[in-house]
Amino acid sequence: MIKRVFKIGLAALGMVSVAAWGADTPASLMAHYAQAAGVPVSALSATRGAALYRTEHPGRNGQNINCASCHTTSPKQPGQTRVGKRIEPLAPAANPERFTDAAKVEKWFRRNCQDVLQRECSAQEKGDFIAWLSQVK
Amino acid sequence: MNYLLRGIGVLAMVGTVSLLAFSLPSGEAHGDGGEDVLPRLAHKNWQQECASCHLAYSPTLLPRASWRRLMNGLDQHFGENASLDPATQADILRFLEANAADSGNSRMGNKVMQRMGAKKAPLRITETQWFVHEHDEVPRAVWSRKSVGSAANCAACHRQAEQGMFNEHDIKIPK
Repeated sequence: MIKRVFKIGLAALGMVSVAAWGADTPASLMAHYAQAAGVPVSALSATRGAALYRTEHPGRNGQNINCASCHTTSPKQPGQTRVGKRIEPLAPAANPERFTDAAKVEKWFRRNCQDVLQRECSAQEKGDFIAWLSQVK
Repeated sequence: MNYLLRGIGVLAMVGTVSLLAFSLPSGEAHGDGGEDVLPRLAHKNWQQECASCHLAYSPTLLPRASWRRLMNGLDQHFGENASLDPATQADILRFLEANAADSGNSRMGNKVMQRMGAKKAPLRITETQWFVHEHDEVPRAVWSRKSVGSAANCAACHRQAEQGMFNEHDIKIPK
């Protein structure tokens, strides 16, 4: 009996830890951001997401910057950091690891929105952004 | 039924053990190779976080005070926001301090400190007297070549920099 309880306990632990590990998907993140923005998922806009990616903003040294400055004009292509390190493609179609870890997604939105837009992105913008990238074929 | 339970138990065990293996702090292997070999170090967050934008620069190349300054200013990291959650930031700083140039852990660190002015805490490895001395024969124009980008890009010339190998024989300056 004790053995059996132990096994069931282990099984439960295993399932919980698997669920906590990389359980996010582009769809679940879109749902999360839509909820945070107080809109239905259907109100997220791939068109606005694409515009967010492409719109240029004044950066350092008087040069304009946008997402494409590091990620290239195609999110299916690998990009490059300022010191030449490869950035894996942003679009899940080219890189299935994208948008599978909520903490990582939040970290990079926080950093990159500050760098490019000089402010944080709203939940709506984050949702739009993922909506666009996840339909890039 | 019993077999089913046993099967689930084994699966769970494998899952839990492998997850534990991933989440435990990785060991730090010490050992100083030759003159131009950096101590081989392993630390999950250091490699994962620092190396997502650039080479995970060896902690051996700057003193503790430098790493403290650097890690406390990640939201303005050489013009970019590289901020981390507080737990990860503290974890990486502990590792950097434990293996810093003035931690007495490596010959390379001692070499860096020999040329370091008292109370100096540069933020850039390229500003250390050790770095300047080691690279004094590199023409200025090389650094700004498109294939190099900047002096921060060790691997442009040190082809095995990712492995911590900075041997002179492995250097190939790109056109």
